[in-house]
Amino acid sequence: MLEWAFRYRWLCGVSSLGAIALALLPFATSTYVVQLFISICANVALATAWAFFSGTTRYISLATAAFFGVGIYTLAIVHVHLPLPLALLAAAFAGFLVALVVGLSTLRLRGVYFVVFTFGLTELIHQLINWWAVKNRAVTRYIFTDISHIEVYIYETLLVIALLTVAASWYVSRTRLGYALRAIGEDETVARHTGIDTTSVKVFCFAASAAVMALVGAVTTLQQPYIDASIAFNNAWSFEVLIAALLGGPGRPWGPAVGAILLVLLKDQLAGSLYFGIALGLCFVVIVYLLPGGLAPLIERCHQGFDATAMLRVLRGAKLPDGSPWPRRLKLGLKAVIARLNAFWRL
Amino acid sequence: MFEVLLGGVLLGGMYGLVALGLNLQYGVSRILNLSYGEFLIGGAFIAFFTVMGRWQLNPLLSLFLSVPIAFAMNWLIYRWLMLPLVRRAPDQDALDADVVLVTFGLFFVIQGLALVNWSGELRGYSFLAQGVDVLGARIALNRLVAFLGACVLALALFLILRHTRLGSALRAMTIDPVAAELMGVDVRKFSAMAFAAGGALAAVAGMLVSTFISFSATSGGDYTLKALLVAIMAGVGRVTGTLAAGLLLGVVEQLGGHLIDPGLTLAINFGLFTLILLLRPTGLFTRA
Repeated sequence: MLEWAFRYRWLCGVSSLGAIALALLPFATSTYVVQLFISICANVALATAWAFFSGTTRYISLATAAFFGVGIYTLAIVHVHLPLPLALLAAAFAGFLVALVVGLSTLRLRGVYFVVFTFGLTELIHQLINWWAVKNRAVTRYIFTDISHIEVYIYETLLVIALLTVAASWYVSRTRLGYALRAIGEDETVARHTGIDTTSVKVFCFAASAAVMALVGAVTTLQQPYIDASIAFNNAWSFEVLIAALLGGPGRPWGPAVGAILLVLLKDQLAGSLYFGIALGLCFVVIVYLLPGGLAPLIERCHQGFDATAMLRVLRGAKLPDGSPWPRRLKLGLKAVIARLNAFWRL
Repeated sequence: MFEVLLGGVLLGGMYGLVALGLNLQYGVSRILNLSYGEFLIGGAFIAFFTVMGRWQLNPLLSLFLSVPIAFAMNWLIYRWLMLPLVRRAPDQDALDADVVLVTFGLFFVIQGLALVNWSGELRGYSFLAQGVDVLGARIALNRLVAFLGACVLALALFLILRHTRLGSALRAMTIDPVAAELMGVDVRKFSAMAFAAGGALAAVAGMLVSTFISFSATSGGDYTLKALLVAIMAGVGRVTGTLAAGLLLGVVEQLGGHLIDPGLTLAINFGLFTLILLLRPTGLFTRA
């Protein structure tokens, strides 16, 4: 452990300093920045949780909005009876249970069928809850909290969730479970024949990622004065999370987080504009044709040979020697993109 | 009760009509086109401008413009955007993942452009908006025309697929593209043709639907979804099955709304779809 910590001393130092800085952020900035970071943390957690299951096994799920909404509704129903932490846990548990049932019945569908099914399922749950709400004359449900500075509370909670999700995703990717997930993504039949209990692995991981989604839904909703079914089960969540994960690169544990941050910033710039849709669409096209593995492999290629000590020396004022790794790698990365463009258009 | 059933049949005919082109595209070209609804709405917009424009023509005439445009655009989409993916993909699953993403991106781009140009307001026009008596029940003539249009298109497509040389080639590609290629079928050419024909069918469906349902630049997604539900319920590449699945969906939706609760129609829609997908993942009308 110590040896490991020493080997990654830069990583450990920088990331713990970064985490502390992030945690102190709301005490030094405006509400706008805190809101932006709430959005970033929520999307990072969602995209990482999504990629944890769908990115590795290649079961593309559009049910994010379903679990998100289940979390929101559970919170809205139980938060008047239970203390807040318990209500949040209940929301995560509800997401876990729903995903368990869904997973057991549907994970034999593959490819497009699974995609369409998860989408249809989200709509089914949405419509049923809407109908039930209208029946009980409770179309909107109010959220009551007695916490002052609720946005700080939400931000700190989401920050912890996001960091834990990324850390857990990274840790699991190095365990037997992570290998099992990747093996299922490569070839499920082979995975089963090598002795992996594919059904348990798939259902458990699907449910675990759903629990995170439900938890994020529950926490973000504390800010809302009220909710209804079309707020809770908004399909936009499913699609944005999918794009964030694919843009960042679902093949690396930290990839989806990168994509989520970029997407939130893009959305913030284009907020409310008609052009957000067009930008989102172009993102999809760029991902498929130019970045099949997302941004992560590109970043890694640029990063190889990156030397923190040399970087520090440069920052202190030393001159960059010719052909030093960092700019050269960047150039190589750009070259790779151009080469791919060429290969694509030379039909 | 009879009126409810008749309403269901008409509605189901519309579902079948909307899904025909998508099923042709997915069945023959193996491309799941999520931007399909945008071409349907494109057909509706062209019909709208034909009727409401300077000369106030019959919306049927708009087909002379919208069908060639939709055909050409879909052919270009297949040739320039889909073909590189088809070549790159190691198997159908990988191709599906890529195609879903690209066509979904296209959906956003086309819808965004439509919003920028035409804004998101609802549009509609009046065409054949009068009642006719069918076996004692009174129904709108434009709905009946759309239903007949669906039947004619499905029948024509069925006859082409069943009784012509081109049709045999297309059916062979539905069953096994590799074997079809080995038998001398020019798979690439026919895939592009089928994809383009699917887009043209979408434009026709859009024109027929726009005579009785108002639409906006953002309603394309709903039609894609409906088409997808019906096509997957029917089974990939089944033409008459598509119409039958559409009818089933329409009738069940109307009956459910009438007998249980009108607020449940959408839930019944998705419930029926998820049930069928669970019980028969390959569709109702495919032979095992």
